[in-house]
Amino acid sequence: MSTLVSVSADEAPARRSAAALLWRRLSRNVMSLAALGLLVVVALTAAAAPVIMPYDPDAPDAERTLEPPSRRHWLGTDLYGRDQLTRIVYAGRVDLLVALEATAVALSLGAALGAVSGYRGGWIDQVLMRIIDTIQAFPSFILAMGIAAALGNRLTNIVIAIAITHVPIYARLIRGEMLRIREMEYAEAARTVGNPRRRIIFYHLLPNCFPPVVVQATLAMGFAILTVAALSYIGLGIRPPTSEWGAMTAEGAGYIVSGEWWIFLFPGLAIMATVLSFNLLGDALRDVLDPRMKGV
Amino acid sequence: MLGYLCTRVLLVVPTLFGVTLVTFVLTYILPGNPALVKAGPLATPQHIAEMERRMGLDQPMAVQYWRYLRGLFRGDLGESHTTGRPVLEDLIQRVPATLELTLAALAVALVVGIPLGVVAAVRRDGWLDHVSRLLGVGGVAMPTFWTGLLALYIFFYALGVAPPPLGRLATGITPPPLVTGLLTVDSLLAREGRALASALHQLVLPALVLGFSVMAPLTRMVRATMLEVLESDYIKAAWAAGLPRRTVIYGDALRNCMIPVITLLGVVFGFLMAGNVVVESVFAWPGIGNYAVAAMMSKDSGPIQSFVLFVGVVYVFVNLAVDLVYGLVDPRIRLR
Repeated sequence: MSTLVSVSADEAPARRSAAALLWRRLSRNVMSLAALGLLVVVALTAAAAPVIMPYDPDAPDAERTLEPPSRRHWLGTDLYGRDQLTRIVYAGRVDLLVALEATAVALSLGAALGAVSGYRGGWIDQVLMRIIDTIQAFPSFILAMGIAAALGNRLTNIVIAIAITHVPIYARLIRGEMLRIREMEYAEAARTVGNPRRRIIFYHLLPNCFPPVVVQATLAMGFAILTVAALSYIGLGIRPPTSEWGAMTAEGAGYIVSGEWWIFLFPGLAIMATVLSFNLLGDALRDVLDPRMKGV
Repeated sequence: MLGYLCTRVLLVVPTLFGVTLVTFVLTYILPGNPALVKAGPLATPQHIAEMERRMGLDQPMAVQYWRYLRGLFRGDLGESHTTGRPVLEDLIQRVPATLELTLAALAVALVVGIPLGVVAAVRRDGWLDHVSRLLGVGGVAMPTFWTGLLALYIFFYALGVAPPPLGRLATGITPPPLVTGLLTVDSLLAREGRALASALHQLVLPALVLGFSVMAPLTRMVRATMLEVLESDYIKAAWAAGLPRRTVIYGDALRNCMIPVITLLGVVFGFLMAGNVVVESVFAWPGIGNYAVAAMMSKDSGPIQSFVLFVGVVYVFVNLAVDLVYGLVDPRIRLR
């Protein structure tokens, strides 16, 4: 009993100092702080959009169609006179939510598969890994396209399409970690005292696989946003009139020949800024959480 | 070495089966009844049931999969109900356009990306290094369709130097006689200067956009490996021996950077295929990506399935080639 107490007592300060270290590193790096700040702003404005935005994202205004940026409409208006800035902020809800849900689903599924695969080994590992191989036999965007086309343009289906293509990222990562961890002494100890296998895998070992997973998930969020936007751009993702960054860019594509640049430019900038922030944050987290990968 | 090669080649077989299984399942769950589409809007329920029976849609899933596989072996990819032609013919007609764009983009990515990575590493913290790092983080965050539109806005609308994004040749130019299907090569073979100029003119912008979209990981990898290699003892020995700078950097050091670059090519190819779809869509490039997007819009299951299958199979073989080349280049793998 006394050993158990001392273990958890040891663990607590270690965790706290890791969080403190994380914050110290992040706050020292201007770029990652800016990235974090931008993500917070995007998330908050998206969440509070109905309160803070002066316009309705879907309300047409026949008097003010295709207006360039002005003091009244900071980022201009589209063909129906809708305020671009409002639509971009509202679109953030869709893009962030889809990416977040897809990442959450892929992470849970991938973690479970990878953990079981890595811990059990043998034929279970073989079968699960062949399934993962099959998913990875396709370029992920192409498979996401196929799944989205097969399931149809619904929000849930886009989430499923992206989640499936992201499962291998986590499954492989966790399997690798599991292979390493399962031979460690505390895993041996957990086995010796007669814990059931499920408890060993999901309670004792899996939490220790998480540092690299957090890094991957942050980077994968950016990739998921790019995927939703690209699917929507080609018409397979979110459909107008819902505001979504990729779909909005697609609407702007037709105006390039007539010079209305603000319609395609700003939604794309929103995508780029958000994805860039996730990438910078992911890189910074990697430096802190996964020092082996530093500088790569 | 032979063992490694054989195992790697044999592993392709189950992977290909997996690929066909996935594409089969995709169509199996695709909404809309193909029999209904084929029978037409005026069909009676009996007519539809008859059509389902003839198309084998009333059979169990395993039987349908078996029929699908048998069809594949005969080169039967089904029919497109929008073009009304066999999908295989449609694909064959469109593959050269995609191939030409992909190869040109790959050339752009390699020719610009690798030297940039080398210079960035050699002149660390110089201005090109900053450019390369900016590209490394910024380039991967830019959605390819948006880069394409931006390029069109600048070079077509504002500067007027790029042609309108309407396919592979300007209107009024007769395509050269078909040999390879690559318009630049064919017009060169036929010595048709105007066709060549037009094909190149149309190709430049989409190729630059697509190449740019995959360049960042290459540059990043070359830079990182180069930095590591330049620190190694044998490079220091080469400097100490007084070998010319060019020989050391581009001969000894770069050659050792090529192994990770080769392994990266599989990933790059995957990105290229994905990028192709959106770039073809932006530039109205008549390749297989555009074909697939059109099919997806009209829920035309044959082309969708075959496009995903085609890309999957090509990707499997590209990865096989990458692994084999890697095995040949890196003696550590060969001896294992």
